[in-house]
Amino acid sequence: MSYLFSRLRVSKKLNRSFTVSFLLFLLLAGFGSFMAMPLIYAINNAFKPLDEIFIFPPRFFVINPTLDNFFDLAAIMGDSWVPLSRYITNTILITLIGTVGHIILASAAAYPLAKYRFLGSKTLFSIVVLSLMFSGHVTATPNYMVMSWLGWINSHASLIIPALAFPLGLFLMKQFMEQIPDALIEAAKIDGANEYRIYWTIVMPNVKPAWLTLLILQFPALWGTDGGSFIYSENLKTLNYALSQLAAGGIARAGVGAAVALLLMIVPITLFVISQSSVMQTMATSGMKE
Amino acid sequence: MQSDTNIAPVKGSIVEVKQSKIQHIISEFKRNKHLYILMSPYMLIFFTFTVVPVVFSLLLSFFYFNMLEFPRFIGWQNYSRLFLNDDVFLIALKNTFLFAVITGPISYIACFVFAWIINELSPKVRAFMTLVFYAPSISGNVFFIWLIIFSSDSYGYLNGFLMRTGIILEPIRWLQDEQYILPIIMLVQLWLSLGTSFLAFIAGLQTIDRSLVEAASVDGIRNRWQELWYITLPSMRPQLMFGAVMQITQSFAVAAISIELAGFPSVNYAGHTVVTHLMDFGTIRFEMGYASAIATVLFGMMIGTNLITQKLLRKIGE
Repeated sequence: MSYLFSRLRVSKKLNRSFTVSFLLFLLLAGFGSFMAMPLIYAINNAFKPLDEIFIFPPRFFVINPTLDNFFDLAAIMGDSWVPLSRYITNTILITLIGTVGHIILASAAAYPLAKYRFLGSKTLFSIVVLSLMFSGHVTATPNYMVMSWLGWINSHASLIIPALAFPLGLFLMKQFMEQIPDALIEAAKIDGANEYRIYWTIVMPNVKPAWLTLLILQFPALWGTDGGSFIYSENLKTLNYALSQLAAGGIARAGVGAAVALLLMIVPITLFVISQSSVMQTMATSGMKE
Repeated sequence: MQSDTNIAPVKGSIVEVKQSKIQHIISEFKRNKHLYILMSPYMLIFFTFTVVPVVFSLLLSFFYFNMLEFPRFIGWQNYSRLFLNDDVFLIALKNTFLFAVITGPISYIACFVFAWIINELSPKVRAFMTLVFYAPSISGNVFFIWLIIFSSDSYGYLNGFLMRTGIILEPIRWLQDEQYILPIIMLVQLWLSLGTSFLAFIAGLQTIDRSLVEAASVDGIRNRWQELWYITLPSMRPQLMFGAVMQITQSFAVAAISIELAGFPSVNYAGHTVVTHLMDFGTIRFEMGYASAIATVLFGMMIGTNLITQKLLRKIGE
């Protein structure tokens, strides 16, 4: 082993040789293009006229970019039984309430867990950590029954309410809040602030990076929801459902499908570009202690 | 005889302890009332839609329940049917197991390796490369782009490319051919898997104390591999544990990709997983008791693998 190590030794300062750097560059470029390729392809396809989509042999890049696919999409949606604006409103409503509510509720629950030790605090947090270890699929069957008992089948509540208590959000928020100095909270207490006031005026403004992180983790799931097995009425369906119906329309709708793919991916990616540095700040505290 | 006389005071003291314990609990609740109130909305929803369903699912797995008749207790029958009489479940179990042992570790190592390489780039390039690797996991169900790539006619990108270069003469039906379905789902799954843990690893690498690295080079650490094993990995063990949880949970829960790419059910169940089997019985056949038994097995696999991995990760750098 030490022989191997000494062979790999590059220099005393642990700098990489040119060859190693070059190989790493190749590795990154290769895998980077594998990761980006489908997305670039999706962007290109959205601007391809129909004849270019079905050209043989297929071409990767667009030759004569056009906005036809987007106009077609608007035309089809304008003619449909339920107007496109309804699907958009539904999706925005679900995403907005779901993410904002989640950030507020998760941080309200994270603040006591991060800053106080009280009866049950450790147990509650362990349950949350344990729930990170299995996915929501496990509870799909009983969830459906709970929804039907609550009478929430075929209502937006069935999509929004469970999303409010997404466990990963609470976990990340709690880890981030532990960094807030205790002195800040003590000072507010001496000034006569109660716990609710401290939470809202001291803690919340200090965890802005974590808000954005919870947003970026919660947003794609809600933005991309198709209503699952809970939504049946056409006027309650989401944008993603409407768009996937269109995309399933076969060859005639291939161009529209490509436009749809672009619309669906562009919003979460833009959000991430804007919030990247905040997300990294939060993730630095994401570790699990033993 | 003596023991009789001793019992009374002991009993009394136990009652006293119990009372004071209850009082203690009540006073704890009163003292921290505001904290409990702050947590209550989240916890109420969390318990209703996560904790209670898990317990309920465990119980329901011992019943026959079709949502119409009253549940009937049948003991272990659901489980024995699952393992002894349900061939499709065994296929699903095998596929899920393959995902867990192939895509799980590969995606975990890929998250770390790419984070490690990206971390040493200049900040601007680092931000860009982070976006490139992370984008697929947040671009929603855009993985249906892969349907066009693996389309079974000659307009499919891969078929077109292979036919033009002369490697194949006729288009391959990628997503209808048993031998290709599982590898393709795995490839797309890997493409989607550089998510939260990848970000956590980059962030963790950036917070490593540089003075530790310098001290180590004085202490005789001679190359990057030693630095990685003795300094980098132990310093970011909390992030590694968090990342492991994310990747394991994800690799056991493959379903949407399989359904989108290979259909539901896929040809000869080649892309069937435990989760798609669960969906089949839970939301199509409404055999809720049986679906709960599947969910319980899945729950056990996820929690078990996670706990074992956590134990292993504690040994890093020792």
